[in-house]
Amino acid sequence: MSNWQQYLNSTVRDMPPSGIRKFFNLAAEMDDVISLGVGEPDFVTPWHIREACVYSLERGYTTYTANQGLPALRQVISKYLIDSYNIEYNPKSELLITVGVSEALDLALRAIVEPGDEVLIPEPCFVSYMPCTTLAGGKAVPLNTSIENNFQVTAEMVERAVTPNTKILFLCNPNNPTGATISKDNLLAIAEVVKQHDLIVISDEIYDQLTYKDEHICFATLPGMKERTILLNGFSKAYAMTGWRVGYAASNPDFIAAMTKIHQYTMLCAPITAQMSAMEALKNGKIAMIKMVEQYNRRRKMVVNAFNEMGLDCFEPGGAFYAFPSIQKTGMSSEEFAEELLKETKVALIPGNAFGPSGQGYVRVSYATSLQDLTEAVKRIASFVKKR
Amino acid sequence: MQLDKAILELLEQNGKITNDEIATLLDIPEEEVQKLIEDLEQKGIIAGYQTVINWDKVEDEKVNAVIEVKITPQREVGFDAVAERIYRFPEVHSVLLMSGDYDLVVFLEGKTMKDVAQFVSSKLATMEHVLSTATHFVLKTYKKHGRILDDNETDRRLVISP
Ligand SMILES: Cc1ncc(COP(=O)(O)O)c(C=O)c1O
Repeated sequence: MSNWQQYLNSTVRDMPPSGIRKFFNLAAEMDDVISLGVGEPDFVTPWHIREACVYSLERGYTTYTANQGLPALRQVISKYLIDSYNIEYNPKSELLITVGVSEALDLALRAIVEPGDEVLIPEPCFVSYMPCTTLAGGKAVPLNTSIENNFQVTAEMVERAVTPNTKILFLCNPNNPTGATISKDNLLAIAEVVKQHDLIVISDEIYDQLTYKDEHICFATLPGMKERTILLNGFSKAYAMTGWRVGYAASNPDFIAAMTKIHQYTMLCAPITAQMSAMEALKNGKIAMIKMVEQYNRRRKMVVNAFNEMGLDCFEPGGAFYAFPSIQKTGMSSEEFAEELLKETKVALIPGNAFGPSGQGYVRVSYATSLQDLTEAVKRIASFVKKR
Repeated sequence: MQLDKAILELLEQNGKITNDEIATLLDIPEEEVQKLIEDLEQKGIIAGYQTVINWDKVEDEKVNAVIEVKITPQREVGFDAVAERIYRFPEVHSVLLMSGDYDLVVFLEGKTMKDVAQFVSSKLATMEHVLSTATHFVLKTYKKHGRILDDNETDRRLVISP
């Protein structure tokens, strides 16, 4: 039997499989699991969006679109950004519709990173940032955040990690997996450091609508940041549209043109059906979205209180739909905790270190789960913890 | 008032939710929830508690009808007096005053079609100030009080995702 491994590209071969994968296999084998391990809304896409999608198919919208995406959708996104953050992107040259934020962040990295460039990535972070950086030929440099400073990214952290090779700073605000939102003071100070060291910022703001305490601050609106920021956003979370695969990037015309070049050869365009539906979401989706956010907010409080009552320190997340409690008091590692909890109580959550080594000692709890399941899960976790 | 509204929404969603659960969700003490709910009941804002039942699934069948009623409004009391004469009947579920071609719409529940026909012909149509009625029988209920009956939309997500 020949070993086909040797034929593989070495970067891909040497890349460790996602930490989530392993745990997924374990959880998928069990029946009747209550899962708090899901990174997507428990709501189905609001009906008006699905209905608009069906209508678009009936009218025969089944073709390719412009590489950059439907002009009408870019127009609506441009308007959304003006209305929400008073920031103006030219729909012709400064917006690109992508196949989710996932594709957008890959494009951004590939368009900018040269071999050896360093990319600063606040950790714990979304699972794609590090591998996509590596695939683009860059060197991922983690900035470790922790519960002690409320998972804040600070200007000092950035400053300390910067070298002559640093080119990009990633920001994920609000954050997956910690749920942290970055304070205005910190963002302003970070912007100063970014300017000083001439960095490019990739700002993943996919959870911008899911904030519960402070108004979301769009990083590109800070002084001098618009040109050097690649703003990423999409429809997956706010409109419960994960399966549609549509998102967008906004930046200066040079960056967007470069990203479009890769996109046109590798993806051609985002699916027209998803683009038509995204348009409906932005035009008429606000009421349904606010209702979902309201529900997340209630569950958020319930979950945070529950973990703190169990004696597991849980920072109060200001955004997204995740809580990230510390399980250090149990004396277990994140994997041990998650595995034993799953086996003993059939509750699934994700070990924190699936989001980078700095996530060790935590678990990610998604409260995008029905209240009923959440209540039951929290009960089971509490009795599990009590026994340790 | 903000809290009142939040409580009402939670109860409207799920009448079985406990005060303790409401307290956790709204991050207020349970005693406060209790007091606010008592106030709402006292003021008649909470008029009662009911269960959404899919009677189509129960052997013991019921017949539902929607009846359009035209009436002559009365001096001083307008439509209210006639409406009251109608809604006092226990078989009448809901009575609404409508704009448009007719005045009242009456939701009626009976054991059999004959029951309903009997009620309309002997009680409703002959009532003073009632000009005419039009009875429609319900064939199937798809959605009731915001609930889709027989909803087949289940959670289709993978158990773990990033
Ligand atoms: C921070 C973050 N960025 C990007 C994504 C991917 O989003 P999309 O569905 O738009 O590709 C996710 C999804 O989990 C996320 O949490």
